[in-house]
Amino acid sequence: MGHTLIEKIIGNKVGKEVKPGDIVTVDVDWCMIDDIMIPFAVQKFEEMGFTKVWDPDKVVLIYDHFLPATQTDDSRHFRAGDEFAEKYGLKNVHRTDGICHQLMTEAGYVKPGDIAFGTDSHTVTYGCVGAFSTGIGYTEMAGILGTGKLWIKVPESIKVVVDGKLPENVTSKDVILRVIGDLTASGATYQSIEFCGSTIDDMSVAARMTMSNMAVEAGAKCGVFAPDEKTAEYCGIEYTDKEKSLRADEDAVYTRVLTYKAEELVPVMACPSLVDNIKPVSEVKGTKVDQVFLGSCTNGRLEDLQKAASILKGKKVAPYVKMIVTPASRKIYREALADGTLEILSDAGAIITTPGCGLCCGRGGGILSDGEAVVATNNRNFLGRMGTSKVQIYLASPATAAATAIAGEITEA
Amino acid sequence: MGMTMAEKIIACAAGVETTKAGDIETVTLDKMMSNDGTTHLTIDMYNNKIKNPRIADPDKLIWIVDHNIPADSPKTAASHKKMRDFAKEHGITFYEGEGVCHQVMMENHVRPGELIFGADSHTCAYGALGAFGTGVGCTDYLYAMVTGTSWLLVPETIRFNLTGKLPEGVYARDLILTIIGKISANGANYKAMEFAGEGLHTLSMADRIAVCNLCVEAGAKTALMEVDDIAMDYLKEHGREPKAIFKSDDDAVFSEVYDIDLSTIEPIVAKPHFVDNVVKASECSGVKIDEAFLGSCNNGRIEDLRVGAAVIKGKKVAPKVRFLVVPASRSVYKQAMKEGLLDIFMEAGAMVMNPNCSVCWGACQGVIGEGETLISTGTRNFKGRAGHKDSFVYLASAATVTASAIAGEITTADRV
Amino acid sequence: MSDTFTAKIWVLGDDIDTDIILPTEYLALKSVEDMKPYAFSPLRPELAGLIQPGDMIVAGKNFGCGSSREQAPEVVKALGISCVVAKSYARIFFRNAINNGLLLIENAELYDAVTEGDTATVTPGEKIEYNGKTYEIASLPENLMEILNAGGLVKAMRKRNGIGE
Repeated sequence: MGHTLIEKIIGNKVGKEVKPGDIVTVDVDWCMIDDIMIPFAVQKFEEMGFTKVWDPDKVVLIYDHFLPATQTDDSRHFRAGDEFAEKYGLKNVHRTDGICHQLMTEAGYVKPGDIAFGTDSHTVTYGCVGAFSTGIGYTEMAGILGTGKLWIKVPESIKVVVDGKLPENVTSKDVILRVIGDLTASGATYQSIEFCGSTIDDMSVAARMTMSNMAVEAGAKCGVFAPDEKTAEYCGIEYTDKEKSLRADEDAVYTRVLTYKAEELVPVMACPSLVDNIKPVSEVKGTKVDQVFLGSCTNGRLEDLQKAASILKGKKVAPYVKMIVTPASRKIYREALADGTLEILSDAGAIITTPGCGLCCGRGGGILSDGEAVVATNNRNFLGRMGTSKVQIYLASPATAAATAIAGEITEA
Repeated sequence: MGMTMAEKIIACAAGVETTKAGDIETVTLDKMMSNDGTTHLTIDMYNNKIKNPRIADPDKLIWIVDHNIPADSPKTAASHKKMRDFAKEHGITFYEGEGVCHQVMMENHVRPGELIFGADSHTCAYGALGAFGTGVGCTDYLYAMVTGTSWLLVPETIRFNLTGKLPEGVYARDLILTIIGKISANGANYKAMEFAGEGLHTLSMADRIAVCNLCVEAGAKTALMEVDDIAMDYLKEHGREPKAIFKSDDDAVFSEVYDIDLSTIEPIVAKPHFVDNVVKASECSGVKIDEAFLGSCNNGRIEDLRVGAAVIKGKKVAPKVRFLVVPASRSVYKQAMKEGLLDIFMEAGAMVMNPNCSVCWGACQGVIGEGETLISTGTRNFKGRAGHKDSFVYLASAATVTASAIAGEITTADRV
Repeated sequence: MSDTFTAKIWVLGDDIDTDIILPTEYLALKSVEDMKPYAFSPLRPELAGLIQPGDMIVAGKNFGCGSSREQAPEVVKALGISCVVAKSYARIFFRNAINNGLLLIENAELYDAVTEGDTATVTPGEKIEYNGKTYEIASLPENLMEILNAGGLVKAMRKRNGIGE
């Protein structure tokens, strides 16, 4: 019987065929700890009685949620990271470079076929390059730091097939929101979502990242894409037989197959306050907004900023509406400076903040208050995520976000 | 008997021929600026404390969200919303996220000869354009907003005659910190600090704003500079005309007169926790820092960013130092973008942020933690100003701050 | 883990996410004790103050969805919650709870039957008795029972590293 992509990735790692339900112990290629969780992971690590990190070069510390710091205790987390790095000889510390999930592939750590764990649920993002990655708690992370290993259950897989050409202004964000709406917020729990089809093949790695990133919003353990030549180029590697082997067999078994025709997809949004409360933008059109947020590990990449800029060029953000743009990384910020994207956005009246998690994690970057509404390109619209529980959060694509900023009310691009 | 600049502006605003220090005058205000530090309190008083409230002249009000933008808590967001809704309802000129209030005012509103209230202590910055700007609390602001007028005790004036030129690598900020060190943090209480002399003509507008802005740290009610061609060029460039150009009469009475030779000024650092605790920058060499801040209404202009960029170009921020670069306004941000300065900072590992007050007043972005040390181009180094109550702030010029960010410890630009 | 206990029931809905269980704002507080007052605050700000040690939570589907913040199960455990019974759990929350020794029980029917304030009697790995009716529950896989029996992952690792209690 054939294997799904995730079975291939895990099987390659453990050196034997695996099937869903198998419990296997894997050697970890990468672990990522973000600033929020560093002090907790360190504490658990020491409580466990470890005296060295199994492989300091495979551990990456990233300060992003609390950067720039908004509270006096935030820098305690940076200090804890610095001290841990020094004590155990960790060299991979990103102190001001951007969002963890952007950096893990952008900075050249995670490659196709790798297994990575991170102390943040959106660690699933690295599935965009054909890696198995998922979020864990800090106690399990502490265990990995000491042993380099973690037990996992091989997940069942859901296959999402998208074929055809997406209409203009329908982006990978609209696709994944639609998928989450169809699966529901728990519809993929414990499972792997495997994305394929001609639309997916046509997508950039950045666009795929948006989708793997949000797989967790359907409860998935991971969201994976078979690596192709684009992936290899993005990762700066050769496209060899090893990468080519990382794709599902024709006769692989899935619990569910969802098939979409790209031409039939429309811009959608996740309406308050559930990620699976998906509606076509046209149905919500006219809802007044107070703020628009373009950024996050979901949609803070160069092509997202470019898309917004193409819509905002020569136009202005509506009066009394704020548009906050937070590029996902230093590299992206610089690229957007170089190609004029930030200039267009600034001319339009956008507030461009320094790279980091910003508003998405609800610790700063444009918090809202009772009665306000925001259209945001990030991944969660949970109650209270961006301020009080009386803030209405709509999740949308960069195109919809930009068009909404101009109109001051929800509208299609 | 002759009059000082301050006396002339107040007389004009009071509609009287003459006035002198110590008199109390009722003045009609030209403009009233308020920011998100306190406007929500003003609105609460307006709505709850006065009967049948009305605004005398909404065209004179300018409200600016700058202190906590982007908002870092539901509380600050609610205060912004209150301000936004009120401004919208009453037709008040409103800026949100466009820059630090005083910079926005200098770029868009301040005219020589005007009398301006600002609900912020650093309103004295407007003296750089020969306007009488002074900081008030929200009760005074509310009264002025409702009546269009206020009362003012006419201040005595301390006059600073400037000669010479600042040496290479020495900046306006070193000058004003030196002056504050000399006259102390209350040396100009209730008084106007007036700057004139040929040395003034060697100072750019950015220099002048930096000097006037910080005069409140010597306790001054306002700061004033004679309007010369440089000031007039700035005004023209920004599309405005003066209300009136005043200068002190030759026989005006000053409470004190200082002669300052700009060529004798050296790089200065104000040590924790007072602005007048100044020493030569070299005396602080080696103090380890955790964060560096280039920005604020005092030192976030394009000229300051150029200074910082020239120091850091091709170099790197020390690994564990957070270097926050915050242009003072959108126009500064865009100019810095055009000149490639933002990329120089980003390449070096600095964090370029959106225009706001943030680090200077310890909120919203770049808050420092327990035991941490910040070197800053901000306005104040009071205990706890930039974050945790047990933290340390050193004030210095853009050059010294940038050099320190590279070194990871306080140092001057000639040593990196 | 198999001792029978009786607990007062608090009822929560479907999709109780980690931002509801503990908002980001409080994640960096120094200890779980400090976080306790803010548990469930976006949804029911008063709840954390009302929960007594030994109480249980009964919820709908997808309990603990969202972030990997382990503070979420830790704070639930610290409030003294004896167990959570939900229709289903989000997977990261599930792992985190086990690793912290918080008992999670999956049951599809109880949620639709219970009233807040009532009590139920739980025999882990076997059954829940409520209102005269018995609800069968499954026992956990062996590898998870090992962690639970050790008292959580930290203790399991300490044992591995040859360190005692």
